Amino acid sequence: MKKVPLGSHLVDSFLPWLTCVAMLVALAMVFLYVPNERVQGEVQRIFYFHLPSAWMAFLGFFIVAGASAAFLWQGKRSADLLAQAAAELGMVFCSLVLLTGPLWARPIWGVWWTWDPRLTMTLVLWLIYAAYVLLRVFAGDNETVARYAAVLGIVGVIDIPLLYISIRLWRGIHPKVEQMAPEMAWTLLVCTGAFVCVFTWLLRLRLRSLHLRDEIRALRQHVVAAS
Amino acid sequence: MSTWVVEAQNLHKTFAWTPVLNDISCRIAPAEAVGIFGLNGAGKTTLLRLLATLLKPTAGRLTLFGLDSSELAVRRKIGFLGHESYLYPDLTPEENLTFYGKAYQVPDLKDRIAQQLEYVGLQDWRTMPVRYFSRGMEQRLSLARALLHGPDLLLLDEPDTGLDPRALSTLHATLAQAKDRKKTVMLTSHDFARSRELCTRALILHRGRIAWQSEEALRPGSGQALPSPQEFVELYTACTR
Amino acid sequence: MWAILWKDILLELRTKERVSALFVLALLIILVFVFALTPEQLKQPAFGSALLWVALVFAGMLSIQRALILEQERNCFAGLLLCPIDPGQVFFAKFLSNVFFLTVVEAVVAPLTLALLGLSFSVSLLGLPLVLLLGIIGFSALGTLCAAIAVRTRAREIILPLMLLPLLVPLFIAAVHVTGALLVGEVWTGTWFRVLVAFDVIFVVTGWLTFGFVVQE
Repeated sequence: MKKVPLGSHLVDSFLPWLTCVAMLVALAMVFLYVPNERVQGEVQRIFYFHLPSAWMAFLGFFIVAGASAAFLWQGKRSADLLAQAAAELGMVFCSLVLLTGPLWARPIWGVWWTWDPRLTMTLVLWLIYAAYVLLRVFAGDNETVARYAAVLGIVGVIDIPLLYISIRLWRGIHPKVEQMAPEMAWTLLVCTGAFVCVFTWLLRLRLRSLHLRDEIRALRQHVVAAS
Repeated sequence: MSTWVVEAQNLHKTFAWTPVLNDISCRIAPAEAVGIFGLNGAGKTTLLRLLATLLKPTAGRLTLFGLDSSELAVRRKIGFLGHESYLYPDLTPEENLTFYGKAYQVPDLKDRIAQQLEYVGLQDWRTMPVRYFSRGMEQRLSLARALLHGPDLLLLDEPDTGLDPRALSTLHATLAQAKDRKKTVMLTSHDFARSRELCTRALILHRGRIAWQSEEALRPGSGQALPSPQEFVELYTACTR
Repeated sequence: MWAILWKDILLELRTKERVSALFVLALLIILVFVFALTPEQLKQPAFGSALLWVALVFAGMLSIQRALILEQERNCFAGLLLCPIDPGQVFFAKFLSNVFFLTVVEAVVAPLTLALLGLSFSVSLLGLPLVLLLGIIGFSALGTLCAAIAVRTRAREIILPLMLLPLLVPLFIAAVHVTGALLVGEVWTGTWFRVLVAFDVIFVVTGWLTFGFVVQE
C-alpha cells in the first residue's frame, strides 16, 4: 500500500503548540495591551480578529486558484485536495468576517448590516465559496468533478478584480485604517501571525483527513477485490 | 511514421480515483479485426472510449495512425459506435447526418448521405424525426453516422447486443467490407462464440488488465490463428480466475 | 463550429420550445414585479432597468440549461466530442447559440417591458440594443461554461444558479447602471460601460480557454 504524503511530522507536532501560544499572546494583546481606540472605544478591538480573518479568506481563495491551476496542469490528486481544503477553510474565515463585521457595525453605525463595498464583496466571495463547496458535495468525487471545481476556482479568482471594481464604484468607502498607534500595529501583526498559524494548522489537518479518506477508499476497494 | 494503426504503451485510466485500466499495451496493424472480450466491468468500454479519444489516458502513451491521440486530425479517421446513438431525436436522419458530415467536413455530403441511408436501409425514413424510430432503426442510423466520414479505424462497443436482424446483417456486411478495404475494426463483446468469425485477433481484459492476447500481426494472416470456442473458454477461465 | 450553431437553430425551429418558454417566463417575471411594486415605483427608471435585467438573467439561465440538456439526450455531447472540432470552438458555438436565442427573446421582451412600465421612448434609447447585447454576451459566456459543468452533475437545476449568480454580480451591477443612465437620458458610455465590456472580453476568453477542461474526460 502506498504511503500517504502527510509532510514532515516535525511541523505537525509543533504547529498546534505554536498556534496555541500565538493565539494566547494575540488574545492578551487585544484585551490587555492595546489601548482603546479614541472614537470607537472597546468595540474596535474586534477589528484585530476581523481584518486577519478577511486576509485569511483571501489567502484561501488564492490557494484555491493556485492549486486548481496546478491540478489542471498536472492532474495530481494532492493539488485537487489542497484546493478543496483551502476552499472549505476560506469559507470558514469568510464566515468569521461576516460575523464579526455586524458585531462591530451595530454599535458604531447603528445597523447590523450595510451594503458597504467590502462587506458586500465578502458576502459575494462567501457565495462563490459556497457554490464551490456545494458543487463538490452535489457532484461527487471523481476526476471530472475535480476538473469542474478547478475551473470554477479559477473563474472565481478572475471574477475578483471585476467584483472589486464594480462594488467600489457602486457604493461609498469602508472605514479606512488611518494612522495606527504603534501598539495597534503590533497587535494587528501578532493577530495576523496567530491567524496564519490557525489557518495553516487547520489546512494541514483537513488535508490529512482528505488523504486518509482516499487511503480508506483504496483499502476498501482492495478488500472487495480480494474477496 | 509508424505502420501501426493503434499503438498503446502502458495506458492507465482511473475513474473516481480508482484504476479502471492498468498498464494496457498493445499494437494493432491495419486490416486487423480485434475482438475485446471480458466480463462486465473489465474495462472494455473504457478501453474503446480511450481509443476513440473520448477519454484521455491518466498515464501512458496512445498513438493512433502514428499521431498522438490528442491531435484533432486523428479523429477524422475514427468511427465509433457506442451504446447510445449520439443522434438528436428531434432531427431527421438527413439532418443528423448533415450535421455530423459538416463537423467532419465530408466532401460531396449530399450524395454521401443518400448513399449511407440506402446502405443502412433507411432511405424511406429520411424525413422522419429520429424520436419515432425503433431501437434497431436508430442503431442502423448510428452505424451510418459512424461510417459517414469513411473512417480507417472502426470502433464498435458491443455491436451484437440490441441490434435487430436487419441491422446485424448490415453490420456483418460492413465488417466484411472493412476487411476487403484494409480498414481496421475493434469491437467489444462478451460472447466469443458469436464474434469469433468476425475477428482475426482476440484480447481478453480482466479487472482492467490485458489478461491474454493473441499474437500481433503486421500483415493480415500472419498472426496466430484464433482458438476454437472450447479452447477459448478454457483460456478464459484460466486467465480470469 | 457553424455546423453546431446551424444544428441548434434547426432544432429550435423544429420544436420551438425554447424561445416560447423563455418568452413566457420573462413576461411572468415582469408580471410578478409589477404586482409587487407600487405604480409610483414602476415609473422610476431605476426599477425599469432592474426589472429588465432580472427577467433576462432568469430567462437566460433556463435557455442556457436547455442548450446543454439538448446535448445530453442520447449522449450527443459525446458524439460532438468525437468530431474533429476543438473544444474552444464547441464553446463558441454553444455561446453564440445562446446569444442568438436570448437576443431573439429580448427583441420582443425589452420593448414590451418598457411599454408596460409606461416609459417614454426617446432618442437616448437607441443605445439600449447595444447594452442588452453586451449584457447577453457576458451572461452567455459565463453561463455556457457554468452550465456545461452543472448539466453533468446531479441537482443541476440547483447548482447552476448557485455558481452563476455570484459570478455575474459585476455584470449585473454594471448593466443595471448603464441601462438606468440610458433610461433617464444621461451619459451611459462612462466607467460602467467599460466594466461591462471588460466583463464580456474576460469571460469570453476564459470560457474559450477552459472549456476543454470541462468537456474532456
